Amino acid sequence: MPTIYIDDQALEVAQGENILEACLNAGMDLPYFCWHPAMGSIGSCRQCALVQYQNEEDTKGRIVMGCMTPVTEGARFSLSADNAGEFREAVVESLMLNHPHDCPVCGEGGECHLQDMTVMVGHRDRRYTGKKNTHRNQYLGPLIHHEMNRCITCYRCERYYRDYAGGKDLAAQASHDHVYFGRHEEGVLQSEFSGNLVEVCPTGVFTDKPFLKHYSRKWDLQSAPSICSGCAVGCNIAPGERYGRLKRVHNRYNHEVNGYFLCDRGRFGSGYINSDARLDYAGIKKPDGSFMAVHQQQAIDTAVGWIKNKKVAGIGSPRASLEANYLLRELVGAANFVPGFSDREAAILSTIVRTLKTTTAANPSIKQMEAADAILILGEDVTNTAPRVALGLRQSVRNKAFELAAQMGLPQWQDAAVRNLAQDQRSPMIIVSAMDTRLDDVASQCISLPADDIAAFGYGVAKALSGEKMDDEAVNQVADILFAANSPLVISGTSMLHEGIINSAVAVAEQLHTSGKSSMLSLCVAESNSLGLALLVDDGQSDRAASIPKLAKRASKLDAVIILENTLERRGASGEIQQLFDADSKVISMDILENTTLGNSDLVLPAASYAESQGTLVSSEGRAQRYFPVYQPSAERLPSWQWLLKLAAGCECSELAELEYFDQVVAACANSQPALAQLVDVAPLRDYRNQGLKIPRQTHRYSGRTAMNAGVSVHEPQQPKDTQSPLAFSMEGLNRDEPASLIPYVWSPGWNSNQSLQKFQAEVDGPLKGGTSGAHLISSDGLGAVQPQVSVTANLKPHQWHLVPVHRVHGSDEMSINTDEVAELAGRPFIAIGEKLAEKLGVVEGDGLLVTQHKAEFSLEVKILSRVAKNCVGFSAGYSETLELQPGDLVTLVKDESWVYPTPTMIATDRGAAHV
Amino acid sequence: MLSELRTIWEVLKHTFTKAETVQYPEEMPYLSPRYRGRIVLTRDPDGEERCVACNLCAAVCPVDCIALQKDTREDGTWYPEFFRINFSRCIMCGMCEEACPTYAIQLTPDFEMCEYDRQNMVYEKENLLINGVGKYPDYNFYRVSGMQTATKDKGQAKNEAAPIDPKSLLP
Repeated sequence: MPTIYIDDQALEVAQGENILEACLNAGMDLPYFCWHPAMGSIGSCRQCALVQYQNEEDTKGRIVMGCMTPVTEGARFSLSADNAGEFREAVVESLMLNHPHDCPVCGEGGECHLQDMTVMVGHRDRRYTGKKNTHRNQYLGPLIHHEMNRCITCYRCERYYRDYAGGKDLAAQASHDHVYFGRHEEGVLQSEFSGNLVEVCPTGVFTDKPFLKHYSRKWDLQSAPSICSGCAVGCNIAPGERYGRLKRVHNRYNHEVNGYFLCDRGRFGSGYINSDARLDYAGIKKPDGSFMAVHQQQAIDTAVGWIKNKKVAGIGSPRASLEANYLLRELVGAANFVPGFSDREAAILSTIVRTLKTTTAANPSIKQMEAADAILILGEDVTNTAPRVALGLRQSVRNKAFELAAQMGLPQWQDAAVRNLAQDQRSPMIIVSAMDTRLDDVASQCISLPADDIAAFGYGVAKALSGEKMDDEAVNQVADILFAANSPLVISGTSMLHEGIINSAVAVAEQLHTSGKSSMLSLCVAESNSLGLALLVDDGQSDRAASIPKLAKRASKLDAVIILENTLERRGASGEIQQLFDADSKVISMDILENTTLGNSDLVLPAASYAESQGTLVSSEGRAQRYFPVYQPSAERLPSWQWLLKLAAGCECSELAELEYFDQVVAACANSQPALAQLVDVAPLRDYRNQGLKIPRQTHRYSGRTAMNAGVSVHEPQQPKDTQSPLAFSMEGLNRDEPASLIPYVWSPGWNSNQSLQKFQAEVDGPLKGGTSGAHLISSDGLGAVQPQVSVTANLKPHQWHLVPVHRVHGSDEMSINTDEVAELAGRPFIAIGEKLAEKLGVVEGDGLLVTQHKAEFSLEVKILSRVAKNCVGFSAGYSETLELQPGDLVTLVKDESWVYPTPTMIATDRGAAHV
Repeated sequence: MLSELRTIWEVLKHTFTKAETVQYPEEMPYLSPRYRGRIVLTRDPDGEERCVACNLCAAVCPVDCIALQKDTREDGTWYPEFFRINFSRCIMCGMCEEACPTYAIQLTPDFEMCEYDRQNMVYEKENLLINGVGKYPDYNFYRVSGMQTATKDKGQAKNEAAPIDPKSLLP
């Protein structure tokens, strides 16, 4: 550990870091712009200047850039020297020459890194009297607002978008003071991670467009620690609320999971929470099919009358919290509880749970995946099914570059030098999939195979790893690449709904371990709590056959069915599901948004969304994480776990009657399954106090308390009390040094922007001072998971094709699609075919194809992909119009001659937001 | 001793000076234009609402009696969807006026705000907005700010050069 001297103060610093990091680690405020902990240094903004002295006698020194100067033993610096301070002020002055006079109407105001740094260096008056440069803005789609005048040319956006996230359509243009950051022409940003530009940009060039429409300043947002429910990665988020409306979602740092970045589904896909399709009141179905709104108590009494001492079944949900699922399971009894997966998914998930409990391979966090030096992806388009993982994989292929840099003695943070050195050299990534994936551009090898052949390929690799020589040279090659790596990573998932692919991935990972590698195996699952629910119902037996269709068949023998936050049409064929509703049994449903299941129910209960309730979700990494309510549910909504507790109390259900607090439900749930025992460690209990205080959801400068409700009554209501968690619906309390799972927002004196995060980190780019949130539920016994080889060979007739699901970040997720902006980006359902097939069928992109499956016929828009496996066609998975199509089904294709070309739909999301 | 005598002298002297007390309300006192009384929202010289809903007044308000919500016009300019001041909480400190970057919120010499019902002390935007420029006759924020509006293109704000064409090869 070298010792350096800053203003004659000795500092022990870590070997290999730069002076800027050293200063920030020591708690000193050294201004910076272009440096980013995840992206390293390029020294372009010249802001982090300090004076370096030759030795103790040197009084003059020279100005150096902190981010570009490595620490060396005995080096002497001054942060407070006059010339360094003047230099930093002059830099801000020159950056501000062209900055427009528009902070009051800027979406970054109040959390602007440029504002913070300007105040920090003491610059005030613009002395230059010349004219300000101006730029035209671009339309960048419904998510990102562009205001180029505000740019300070730090290049962070380009470095993030192109270098870090692998985007192609945003770049620096022109030179000197004409530099422009934008697309070559106006249009929607193509990256799935474009939303991070909002947080990466140190000023207001890129701002959150949906947030701007109902804008509030950062200091006015009420926030709480939360977990994204968009997919199973479990990214940590900090949603902000004001006036009863979820305004925006910001990233919440988790060192091991999402780091600094989210995907666009996570950031922009929560608009459905403000949707008009939200249920406000409970409703009882009248004979004419319409619903009559009833009070909470009346709804509970009705439901209790239907279920007390009756034969009741329950259907859980992989998008509801673990606690709600547990309560439903206890309420109806384990034998009557169906987890609410489709049949195929249930089988695959039970395989995954068994695998994770026995495998010798590690189930890695994203941070660990970034350290992988060879990657094999089997059948998963990770960018669209577990987006944040894909962003991590884009970093792991850079390990080759870091290896080369280490040989040259270059530190990793020397970003431009490391990239220059490595050029296009990347660590190997082999993608075996049926179609294009969004990681193809960084893959060393892409192999297109139908689903069954992907599984066969995987098994082949496993065999080749065991020393057998395979016929297929590609298989041998892949095995050699994995064998040559130190920490190889195998990724697969449930998106193809093909058990064989997963089993083959397990076989490869196991074989790698046998070969003496520290192998990693990551299996993506579909929904935010798929794995949690699978763990809850896992009883160690392989094929427990509780499924929704089976339940539907015996529905007539039941008195009532309770459905928890589940849209059943997504879980099986409509005919089978309909049996459930056609039977005489009463159906009680609770959910967030109107859907067909609610429409078919006899009693509907309005559930609170993730932003209004608390619960635990288990990510595909097996990490259980808690989300807390950001605000209290309005109208008569209740979190599902509270509805279920009320039902249990009405039924005098003895086991559940004792439960009152959420913590008690968690404890009971943890006791119910050995695999869930760690659940109590996920977050501090409700009586946790930080230095004797609760943790405030509101900032210390939360405004308008005595006016926001005055329109209704001048008599101010008491702040709502949160008896269920250590957080308070108030500005009183202490948001500092608390456990990581409880940080609602980041702010530090002088640091109003999200860069204040470094004050919450134990060290720059390290874990938070309060640890890392979440608890690992699954610990493997390390005995090794060997899954049976599933081999299926379909007999294709001429002109028949296998259906392959094509997932989309925007569109495939059930909830986020109800957000206007996401719906606009999702577009219409489609059928994806290769170029050759398109030629054969005589169609071009945008034409219609008649897809015939059994007897059902679908007319879908054609999308043309560059890489499609033999005999495969893709369909838009998760779109409500294509739910009846199932992966692996055989279909015939004919050009739809009567296809009506839809006129481009302009959803009014962009209304009023001028972009030019 | 001297002190007491001086005090008696001062008191006696005041017996013959003119009283400062006026017979309010029959007789109205003079209040300077910068007196801090009832708050108004003003308009710019073009007759548009000056408030851009930046929230600075609400943030600076020591009693938190200002609440507003930003909305956007067709051309992208900002305005308050609602703007509410709870005058039953307001202490007329004038910090909101100091914080306002657009001279929209101004304090007036009117202090005569009495209500039997406290609810009537809650002023909404329609109660606050006046048809005038208040103390600052010339200022129009959007003419100075770099933001494009319906009537002002990029580069037409005060002290701005024409927009740069990034595709031009000229220096």
